Amino acid sequence: MAEKLKSAISDPVGIVFDDLSIAYGRTEVIKHVSLEIKPGEFFAFLGPSGSGKSTLLRAIAGFGPHPSGRILIGDKDVTDLPPWERDVAMVFQSYALWPHMTVRKNVAFGLEERGLPRSEVRSRVDEVLAMVGLSEFGERRPSQLSGGQQQRVALARTIVVRPSVLLLDEPLSNLDAALRVEMRRELRELQRRLNVTTVFVTHDQEEANMMCDRIAILANGIIQQVGDPMDLYDQPANRFVARFLGTANLIEGTLDRSNSECVFRSPDGIALPLPAAALAGATGERAILIRPQSIEIRRRDEPAPDGRVRLDGVVELREFLGGHIRYVVRIGKTQVLVDTSHRPGRRDHEIDDPVVLYVAADELRVLGD
Amino acid sequence: MADVAALRRVARIPWGQATLAITLGLFLFVFLILPIGRVIFVAFQDLRTGGFTLIHFSDFFATALFRESFWNSLYVAAMSVVFASLIAIPLAYFTTRFNFAGAAIIQSLGFIPLVMPPFVGAVAMLLLFGRNGSINLLLGQWFGINIPFMEGLNGVIFVQSIHYFPFILINLSASLNNIDRAMEEAAQNLGARGLRLFRRIVFPLAMPGYIAGASIVFIKILDDLGTPLLLNVTKMLAPQAYLRISSIGITDPMGYVISVLLVGFSLGALWVARLATSGREYATVQRGGGGLQKRDLRPGEKVLCYSIVLLILVVVLSPHIGLLLLSFGTVWSYAVLPDAYTVAHYIEIVRATPQFITNTLLYASFAAFADIVIGVAIAYLVMRSRLFGREWLDYVAMSAIAIPGLVLGIGYLRSFHGLEVPFTGEPLATWWVLLIVALSIRRLPYALRACTAGLHQVSVSLEEAALNLGARRLRTVRRIVVPLMGGAILAGFVTSFATAAVELSTTIMLVASEANAPLSYGIYIYMQSAAGRGAGAALGIVAVLIVTLGTYISHRVIATGRRAEEITSA
Repeated sequence: MAEKLKSAISDPVGIVFDDLSIAYGRTEVIKHVSLEIKPGEFFAFLGPSGSGKSTLLRAIAGFGPHPSGRILIGDKDVTDLPPWERDVAMVFQSYALWPHMTVRKNVAFGLEERGLPRSEVRSRVDEVLAMVGLSEFGERRPSQLSGGQQQRVALARTIVVRPSVLLLDEPLSNLDAALRVEMRRELRELQRRLNVTTVFVTHDQEEANMMCDRIAILANGIIQQVGDPMDLYDQPANRFVARFLGTANLIEGTLDRSNSECVFRSPDGIALPLPAAALAGATGERAILIRPQSIEIRRRDEPAPDGRVRLDGVVELREFLGGHIRYVVRIGKTQVLVDTSHRPGRRDHEIDDPVVLYVAADELRVLGD
Repeated sequence: MADVAALRRVARIPWGQATLAITLGLFLFVFLILPIGRVIFVAFQDLRTGGFTLIHFSDFFATALFRESFWNSLYVAAMSVVFASLIAIPLAYFTTRFNFAGAAIIQSLGFIPLVMPPFVGAVAMLLLFGRNGSINLLLGQWFGINIPFMEGLNGVIFVQSIHYFPFILINLSASLNNIDRAMEEAAQNLGARGLRLFRRIVFPLAMPGYIAGASIVFIKILDDLGTPLLLNVTKMLAPQAYLRISSIGITDPMGYVISVLLVGFSLGALWVARLATSGREYATVQRGGGGLQKRDLRPGEKVLCYSIVLLILVVVLSPHIGLLLLSFGTVWSYAVLPDAYTVAHYIEIVRATPQFITNTLLYASFAAFADIVIGVAIAYLVMRSRLFGREWLDYVAMSAIAIPGLVLGIGYLRSFHGLEVPFTGEPLATWWVLLIVALSIRRLPYALRACTAGLHQVSVSLEEAALNLGARRLRTVRRIVVPLMGGAILAGFVTSFATAAVELSTTIMLVASEANAPLSYGIYIYMQSAAGRGAGAALGIVAVLIVTLGTYISHRVIATGRRAEEITSA
């Protein structure tokens, strides 16, 4: 896909959800979502099955029950517009290629519906097929293509119409692992060149992290948090987001402030003194998030590093994961996961070894709910 | 040493299966291949020299009457398909597009043609829609117009369209429902809507299923003998063949020429159906609800839809309604309704000609029984044995589907002409047992399909477990396989029974006397005269009842059987 693009959108548009709710009969599947997607962004809806991410995406295209609230594309309120009048193009999870048409006819469809002259249709289809590397496949039928090739045709079909918004509904989920990784990079590059606002639905956080500028995490029809991948990982707003992105150690307990000190106490005796800066709100019931890779694990008889919070425990389990080793350490009634990088020759801890966990205070994150 | 090896090989041949296969092969040969081969042979045989000639065909097309019949038949079949489709397409579109309860009624329409073949209601339709029939009398009174529903070929087209319209409707609905919703959404997403969407996406995807169904309907109408005969339309292929054979005799070559033409068309239609569906697997995996998007009807639209559905229901049921009126009416002519009502016709058929009913029950039961025995045997041999050439049993048996009933009848008359039944001296060609054989051969393809599907469901390991515990093959089949195939076998039996009970084309060729005749022949005889119409209608109603009852019982049995299976299977 190294062609020079005439298809780049000069002025990409943003998308706004304004207090959007969608219900199937009595069941609310999207609950009061307000969100702003910036022009030209590669934006992801990330969440588990049933979170409403596909519903939200389809709502942009105009499919599904009529929502309450508003959807704006650019400055236009499209909430009441039928699908064929919105300038958004969607790649379906099953690709939805029409089996009775050749690849060319599939790709040309949108242009024909827009009434473009035949010569222009032909040249644009040629351009786009070259872009996705399928120039010689124009006369084939979808059934004669591999999964990866079908996906490219579905993509070509959408970008050829130069939509103001590109929607991708889990487009990579039917591909095998190697192809998926390759397609992620290609999609990312394509989006950058085309400069088109793109919304991408996935349940795979690695995919979202890798490809997207910003992510909205959804659960049960509610947006849990919006931000760029690193922010979401480092500063999750709640337990769900903390658990969904990466592995999380969550220790439940209470946050107390006495004198000028803040201490976090868990029911089974873990006490963590916290700098005031670590406070995320008032005192009370909280959870502390510690990422496994932020913890250093040492034997009891080793010297302690300076300025770290210290927790004593016993090794319960050890898992070799190739690049690193994961320890399950029991502290009181809590199990804490610790990841250390694996270097051959370095002595590992054994099961039932008494150990000490050290973590920097500023790597403790306090979660509100 | 070589002898011992040879002996061992001989011992390993499954003699039981081989004998069965050979017997079945012989049966099919004598009663299917031989007669049809004979017919085709005679059509190309020079009467004097016995050599190959095309003269009969050139004579056929040189004769104005036959040319006219040829085109008439094609015209009638094509127009019937067109009319039936014209009504079916919008209706199918309605039911797949909109949420409305009437859809259930429309689905049930599909059963109506199965319980009564078109010829039974043909005369009743004349009385309802003919030039002096009920509808035209009313139209004449109110509007002063007269619509030629039943004039000449129109009558045949009308009766056939109404009869086959539900087939096409069900077929089309199924094709539409098979379309993945994402196909439609992707098109809407790229700007298509309404008629363009239908024309570019929905229709082409539904096409293959429709074509397959339409070509089958085409050939059924082309082959139908009873309807034109009863409507007194003789300038069509099937009636011409019948008239030539019955008036001039079995030496007349024209009947054979027509037979070859009809078989040719059958094969052509089957080929078209096969072409349409092969290599176009348009049904795709559906996520979250299949079929096209549905929307609800506005109240005004609802009234319109229900009215249309009701109208169509009435029209589709009009032959049945007419038949019922005719069976209970005393005199009905030049009047909108019968003058008075009576049960005299029913009494007459029971008292004067009870053999029509008893013969039918006898023949249809035996034919259906033969079908399932042969069907199970062939299915078992094809799917469970390793006999050389066993697929041919399947192919030959299934080939009967391309043979019109008329042609089979002619074939039997010709092949068994001059032969006598041993011990009784009766002519073999018109022996009632031969009629049963003919009926079973005609229905064998459907029974075989049912049995094959049923056997597919029975895992081989169930049989192997029985063999392992000491049961021999025949016992295993009897105690394990057949009971497990139960539902399929019953379904095969019922369809064979139901269709054999009202079959006319073959029957009319092979029946010599009224004493041996079944219902269909009785209806035909009675309907020839104005006085006998009432009794003929009564017989028709009896036929419909028999078939409906049989179908209903089988559905109940299969349904309870299925429920029992679900409980017992792990």
